[in-house]
Amino acid sequence: MNSDKITKIVLFSVSFIILIVAGGIVFSLVGGAIPSFKTFGFGFITSSHWDPTDGRENYGALPFIAGTLITSFAALVISFPLSFATSLFLGEYYRNTRVAKILGTMVDLLAGIPSIVYGLWGFYILRPFLIGIGFENQGFGVLTSSIVLAIMIIPYATSLSNEIISMVPNDLKEAAYSLGSTRYEVIRYVTVPAARSGIFAGYILAFGRALGETMAVTMLIGNSNIIPDGLFSTGNTMASVIANQFGEADGLKLSSLIFIGLLLFVITGIVNSIGKLIIRKMN
Amino acid sequence: MKAINEAENISSRIRKDRVFLGLVVFFSVITVSPIILIISKLIEKGYKQLSFGFLVEKTPDTMEAMTAIANNELIPGGIVNGILGTLLMVAMAAVIAIPIAIITGVYLYENQGKWLANITRNVSDILQGVPSIVLGLISYLWVVKYVTNGFSALAGSVSLAIMMLPMIVRSTEETLKMIPQTLKEAGLALGIPYWRVLTGILIPTGFSGLMTGILLAVSRVIGETAPLMLTALGSRAINMNISKPTSAIPLLIWEFYNDPNMVDMIWSSSLLLMIIVLAFNLTAKQFAANRK
Repeated sequence: MNSDKITKIVLFSVSFIILIVAGGIVFSLVGGAIPSFKTFGFGFITSSHWDPTDGRENYGALPFIAGTLITSFAALVISFPLSFATSLFLGEYYRNTRVAKILGTMVDLLAGIPSIVYGLWGFYILRPFLIGIGFENQGFGVLTSSIVLAIMIIPYATSLSNEIISMVPNDLKEAAYSLGSTRYEVIRYVTVPAARSGIFAGYILAFGRALGETMAVTMLIGNSNIIPDGLFSTGNTMASVIANQFGEADGLKLSSLIFIGLLLFVITGIVNSIGKLIIRKMN
Repeated sequence: MKAINEAENISSRIRKDRVFLGLVVFFSVITVSPIILIISKLIEKGYKQLSFGFLVEKTPDTMEAMTAIANNELIPGGIVNGILGTLLMVAMAAVIAIPIAIITGVYLYENQGKWLANITRNVSDILQGVPSIVLGLISYLWVVKYVTNGFSALAGSVSLAIMMLPMIVRSTEETLKMIPQTLKEAGLALGIPYWRVLTGILIPTGFSGLMTGILLAVSRVIGETAPLMLTALGSRAINMNISKPTSAIPLLIWEFYNDPNMVDMIWSSSLLLMIIVLAFNLTAKQFAANRK
């Protein structure tokens, strides 16, 4: 066998590892979730009763699914004006300037801050602040978590939309300018419509990020196994309940936590695939 | 342009334009203010504890910390067990992930448009979106349960390695795509064996791009806490045995956070963690800048 063929086989077989890993993840999550699924069936997803007491063990994931979706969606809403403005700043108003470079680096650094540091900041700085301005009584809950989540996902929402916005052809914009448009009108009627699907895809991917964030949320959401009934309510997300309850888990409880992990895997997979699909459609 | 009202006079349109610019700048400044707020807070509260001893001494136990607080002293000791644990686990994760990821990246680049390569690329993208805590669960199911029969550094490394894989795969492929085809063709035309073209031309040419990807991936996993809670567990002792529970800087921060006596140490530990993460981040940026 010649060396070219061997090289190709090596490339092929090593890159197969990633498929095996991905297949193994699905296999193990499903396998681990089976005992829980056998006991609770699809009721696991619709039940909101989480009780680990021996003898009357009962697990339902609805509060955590709800908590995850609510906090992530709220984070998206909070981060929208911030990241939209930032991507206009970087991709339109101050494109290729020194100040945009500095701002862009700082936004990138936001993505580099570890989740646990965000959690500490939320706990020791943001929480007292929210209590101080009379916004919250205890400072824990959906709102605090969502604000921190919103900051965490800004870099993900910004990077794609800033790129797309800066790629809008100059011809289009210049045509609008020549008709006497102000810059705001160009952005509103030319740039944003042209970049719409890219901006949208960026927010979907950022949403996918928020769904799986663990540490910061665990430290801020208050960890109660109820469906949050508002922004000031405490709750738990799928990721935070795994982080919180894993330590003392075995048997049916462990299986239920793995089941939640599987659901989280599926939900983030779907959300990310939608984002990727939109990006592919654009190209 | 239907929405631009003809009756709307020019001065109000200009005013709108100015207000919008003001809003954009205002919100952009708000966006980056957390990074300044966070880092300045870490420095303000953490610098006192950062000393040479902090880097070379082990974590004190709760009693020692209590005594120190009662005497109004700084908590003694350091986080060397966490520093070494982070070093061990991240290095091991890098050793596992980098070769696989780079070869996969080369494979994807060399097989553009083929169906198996497309599937591999999509799977890698999906893997990149998997929340880190799920990877912790996976490493628990694979390594903690069946390989080391207990919480271990190896399990921590495996979860971090799975995190790093797709990031490096993607950056490798993107880097190689930017190398001119002619370079590779020149090598092949000279009769250089295929593997030498890959290892002698493609990879050296894309070296700084590959390094950027690797360093960014490393900087991302250094701060990971959640998967390590499920796999490496943590330890108050220095442990270099890969089959034993091991600490890491983020794990220690989590422990300090949960122990009222140790709370003072979260700031210095976080400051150190931030410095390490930023160092990797900025080095990666430097490599990326060198390329241009």
